[in-house]
Amino acid sequence: MMKAVTTSELTRKFGLLTAVNKVDLEIERGEIFGLLGPNGAGKTTLTKLLATLLTPTSGRAWVWGHEVQSNPHEVRRLIGIVFQDPSIDEKLTGREHLELHARLYGMRNGSQRRERIRLVLELVGLAERANSLLETYSGGMQRRLEIARGLLHYPRVLFLDEPTLGLDAQTRRLIWDYIKELNRREGVTVMLMTHYMEEADYLCDRVAIMDQGHIVALGTPESLKRGVGADVISLQVSGSRDLAELLRRERWIKRVEERDGNLALWVEDGESKLPQVAVLAWERGINIRSMNLEKPSLEDVFLKLTGRRIREEEGDSGEYIKRIIRSRKRR
Amino acid sequence: MNKPSVLTTRQNTFRELDAVYVLWLREVRRFFRLRSRVIGSLGMPFFLLLFLGLAPVSFPGMPTGRYIDLLAPGIIGMVLLFSSMGAGTSVLWDREFGFLKEIMVAPISRTSIVLGKIGGGITTSLFQGLLILALALPLGFKLTGISATPSLPSLTLGFLLALIYMLLIGITFVGLGLAFASKMSDIHGFQLIWNFLVFPVFLLSGALIPVDMFPRWLQGVAYADPLTYGVDGLRGCLVGFSQFALWFDFFILLGCSILTVGLGTYLFSRVEVD
Repeated sequence: MMKAVTTSELTRKFGLLTAVNKVDLEIERGEIFGLLGPNGAGKTTLTKLLATLLTPTSGRAWVWGHEVQSNPHEVRRLIGIVFQDPSIDEKLTGREHLELHARLYGMRNGSQRRERIRLVLELVGLAERANSLLETYSGGMQRRLEIARGLLHYPRVLFLDEPTLGLDAQTRRLIWDYIKELNRREGVTVMLMTHYMEEADYLCDRVAIMDQGHIVALGTPESLKRGVGADVISLQVSGSRDLAELLRRERWIKRVEERDGNLALWVEDGESKLPQVAVLAWERGINIRSMNLEKPSLEDVFLKLTGRRIREEEGDSGEYIKRIIRSRKRR
Repeated sequence: MNKPSVLTTRQNTFRELDAVYVLWLREVRRFFRLRSRVIGSLGMPFFLLLFLGLAPVSFPGMPTGRYIDLLAPGIIGMVLLFSSMGAGTSVLWDREFGFLKEIMVAPISRTSIVLGKIGGGITTSLFQGLLILALALPLGFKLTGISATPSLPSLTLGFLLALIYMLLIGITFVGLGLAFASKMSDIHGFQLIWNFLVFPVFLLSGALIPVDMFPRWLQGVAYADPLTYGVDGLRGCLVGFSQFALWFDFFILLGCSILTVGLGTYLFSRVEVD
């Protein structure tokens, strides 16, 4: 079956900088595909290449079977996009935005259009504020409206470029749920660019890790995390030496480390091993005071692959504003 | 789920027209929602008319001998110049606030985007031009129409022709504004355009002082200014007094509007949004 998105050695250079470097991707229909990487990894450039806003230096890309360079008009009809920076007109109401968008995308039947607008507004929980000007919306509400807008014209593929950047944790969680919901209800293929590993982990069926223009790893979040290593169980225990000796004999424990009364165990599939450890200790009459399971995160995956942390360059909340200013100056 | 399928040419044409309409609608809505800006921008022409109109200024060849009759068409021309340049350069603001990307990624042609912008600019400029015409009347402006003595046919014909000149001035400068905005990457050059292009165009057009009062070398420059013909045409239509024949003003303006709109469309079609 035709893929939702295919790229073949897709490359875009800006002068000496190669922002996207020979990227090969295949995104399945209906999946939520994540592109995870630090700021400047090339995620936004890749989005703009696929959305026909930039032309590739070399290589090719197809969206729903249409090549982006030779058939940009068709590609534009089939995609929805939520840009990293706000792209709204604050002097329009929510409904007017959606009306404008719908008609730009050729939804000329008035009653169908209104029904669709009602539906997407409900989906992002903005039905009650539809007739207010966007300048009265909070940042999270504006973002939700942009998501509704991106979805309005029945796109086949929805590109979300850092959809929760600069939003508080609660709003972020809300937007995640909207994205999941719309993927489920509309069957839309979602390509999500993010530098929040929790976001990629929570939402995505598959994740590609991008760094300096390259795709460095690709897989389901679970398989990527499994690739970096085991889960770690930490125990606080009295009589740790006895227990350590006992546990070293168990084959399913890869490694045991002992440090002033604390034990660390490296295991596969940590959740199912917790009770086993508890039972072993209990049989010997050893008293466990606390147990803690740590699983590897996508952050660990990135760290292992690149030697750096994803969010190393991310600072305080003012960073969002600074990035907008920087992106303006670059133009 | 709706199935996007390949569209016929006819459907496509309708879609493009629909896009022009909604983009026009957006411009008009924005205009009326920024009410304080509209009132603010009409302040200057109003006070110019009020205070300069009271001045006992006289130039040879003035039919009524009252300065306000000469001044009012000039100020209407100025209002059209300012508002249409503002509309053309509003692309820069759309870019600054990101909305341009939303329009640029839509499956419509760049020409439709330009037509929507120009249509919106003309509508709002015309509205302001007519408003200042209406404001000029209580300030003593004697509208006589296409001849120097008022009569119903003279007034009717004059008013209708004046609308055409206003339209042409609007188109010319929306196009020019769009051309400049397409070549600029941010709003910092805005002030530059205003002080080094828009103001000279206004002052050279003869809006305040008839061009034939200028020193000869400056007259040459004034004749290269499209607004000169706009102001002259408006005077011909509103007070029956013009330096050139009305058809001459008309064709010069028509040429200018085609030129600037062509240039604006061409430059805008090459804009990359990043």
